[in-house]
Amino acid sequence: MLKVKNLHATIEGKEILKGINLEINPGEVHAIMGPNGSGKSTLSSVIAGKEEFEQTEGEILFENTEISEMDPEERAHKGIFLSFQYPVEIPGVSVTNFMKTAINAHRKANGLEDMPANEMLKKIREKSESLEIDRKFLSRSLNDGFSGGEKKRNEIFQMAMLEPKLAILDETDSGLDIDALKIVADGVNKLRSKDNAVLLITHYQRLLNYIVPDVVHVMIDGQIVKSGGKELALELEERGYEWVKAEKAV
Amino acid sequence: MELKEKLVSSFLAFEEEYTGANDDLHKIRNQAIKDFETIGFPSRKEEDYKYTSLKSVLKENYSLFPKKENTIEYKDIKKYLIHEIDTYDLVFIDGIYSSHLSSTTHDKIDVCLMSSALNKDLYKPVIDNYFNKIAPKNGLNALNTAFTKEGAFIHIHKNTMADKPIQIINFSTGNESSLLLQPRNLIVVDENSHCQIIERHQSLTEHPVLTNSVTEIFADKRAIVDYYKIQNDKLSASLIDNTYIQQKSESFCSVHTFSFGGKLTRNNLNFYQRGERIDSTMKGVTIIEGKQHVDHNTLVHHIEPNCESHQDYKGIFDEKSVGVFNGKVVVEKEAQKTNAYQSNNNILLDDKATINSKPQLEIFADDVKCSHGCTIGQLDEEALFYLQSRGIPRKEAGGLLMYAFANNVLESVKIPEIKKRINKLIALKLGVELGFNL
Repeated sequence: MLKVKNLHATIEGKEILKGINLEINPGEVHAIMGPNGSGKSTLSSVIAGKEEFEQTEGEILFENTEISEMDPEERAHKGIFLSFQYPVEIPGVSVTNFMKTAINAHRKANGLEDMPANEMLKKIREKSESLEIDRKFLSRSLNDGFSGGEKKRNEIFQMAMLEPKLAILDETDSGLDIDALKIVADGVNKLRSKDNAVLLITHYQRLLNYIVPDVVHVMIDGQIVKSGGKELALELEERGYEWVKAEKAV
Repeated sequence: MELKEKLVSSFLAFEEEYTGANDDLHKIRNQAIKDFETIGFPSRKEEDYKYTSLKSVLKENYSLFPKKENTIEYKDIKKYLIHEIDTYDLVFIDGIYSSHLSSTTHDKIDVCLMSSALNKDLYKPVIDNYFNKIAPKNGLNALNTAFTKEGAFIHIHKNTMADKPIQIINFSTGNESSLLLQPRNLIVVDENSHCQIIERHQSLTEHPVLTNSVTEIFADKRAIVDYYKIQNDKLSASLIDNTYIQQKSESFCSVHTFSFGGKLTRNNLNFYQRGERIDSTMKGVTIIEGKQHVDHNTLVHHIEPNCESHQDYKGIFDEKSVGVFNGKVVVEKEAQKTNAYQSNNNILLDDKATINSKPQLEIFADDVKCSHGCTIGQLDEEALFYLQSRGIPRKEAGGLLMYAFANNVLESVKIPEIKKRINKLIALKLGVELGFNL
């Protein structure tokens, strides 16, 4: 589904990604772990198409189409979703209205009419109930005054509504208490199918107890230096990243 | 002939034609034309007009006394009215009252014409008490006073709620190649009374129009006045709006100004608080492009203790448009416990767009809360990326952010149909289809 080949990216002339190779197949869950500043969030932003970063080398193929030159919205229309580490607050636009706008933008891009209002409301109700989101929450301004946990849950709600092929969750677990973490993980697990894939970016192993990955990658200094099964996450939790660095140096 | 000379020399003819019985008015007018002759039009040398030059709008050879005939029908003007709800309407066409397009009343409230109020004995006490009492002496006010002839006269008697909103709409037909209009409105809201007013100036053709409008509003104890100004005129039309509000104890007055179009728009808005526990609110949304110019010049005069004022002006400026915000708050020594809030936030969409924002606070009391803030920025790239990553195209994402930016000014609009209308106008101005109303 996603093939990243020798990806290099810079911001303001500084190289952050130094040759990333990554392949994710439908049905798989991949986790990328690594210390602060290793470039994990940059990788997710570059895949989603953030213009601030300049892709200097390499390819990003999504379903065998090169997407490097596409605008973020075009990538979204193809089925890529990024759950933000710091979701942006937009006072004055309610969660419901925002969701309507986003869904209809997807439908328009795919040559469909606007979703009928009753269908939209039904979908919103279903998805919000499964994520234990209060009805009142939906009429509040998007992320405005939301707690950290509410913001993350709202990201997962948006993901559930948009039903992407590839969901990239950038530190969705940070700032969540254990109950919220379970709800979020549950939401992600519900989306999992043989046709969808998930890329988790995280610092900690604890999310991976609830969303079990097929592959764990370790990212250090802009490169993926080690990949393994889910047990690699446990090892990282126990031993930190120093040994991976040392291993690589050898 | 310069416009000033033309006006001064036309005054005599105007006065002779005028058949009003009120001798006091003749005196007021004669004094006013003398004042105008001495003071003249404001120039950029004056601090208050530093960023707004009237030169380009004063150079036209305006017709001062338009022909009376017009063929305007309701269907021509319907879209400019808030027609979805029942309202009292005062419609003026080229400065002349149109009885067949208007709907007036004398049932518990007076919604009628300045011309009849000025000439009838019944209204003399009100005119004597309130007419030309708070408009400060300057060239534009003097000019309007000298040529006062027509406008809205609204008197809400004690303990009365106006049963529907009142619209004051001034149309210009383009029958003259260029036209100077000077409407004069007087609004008196007695104790415990309430009214909502919608004002609009609209030209129906591309012929140049300059409107120099003066409105005096008096809110007595515990009165509530909500005033909405919709400014979305043609690029050939300019407006100098002078609105002065005097409030007594525990009254609430709000003025919302929506400026979306016109060549040059200058809003002079002054609040004078004469009592305690008064609340004055001024809000504005300005969205302009091209070479349009919108200037908000506000003054709140806090004279007595325990009063509040709230100012919230937002502007979005594209291409070579120019915005000015000059907000002055004066807190007198006696006005302790004043709470004055002022905020002016702007988005510039083009390198060539300009906003001049100037808060002025003069505080002579020591126990007050006064805050002011001003921001000038571009659209937030991170927020745009967030919306784009949800599949919303960049243009629409920008529109949504600007819509959200302007939205909180609409929250305090109490008439839902106005909110809807303004919502639509904003979406239209920003060139986005949002698929929902906020």
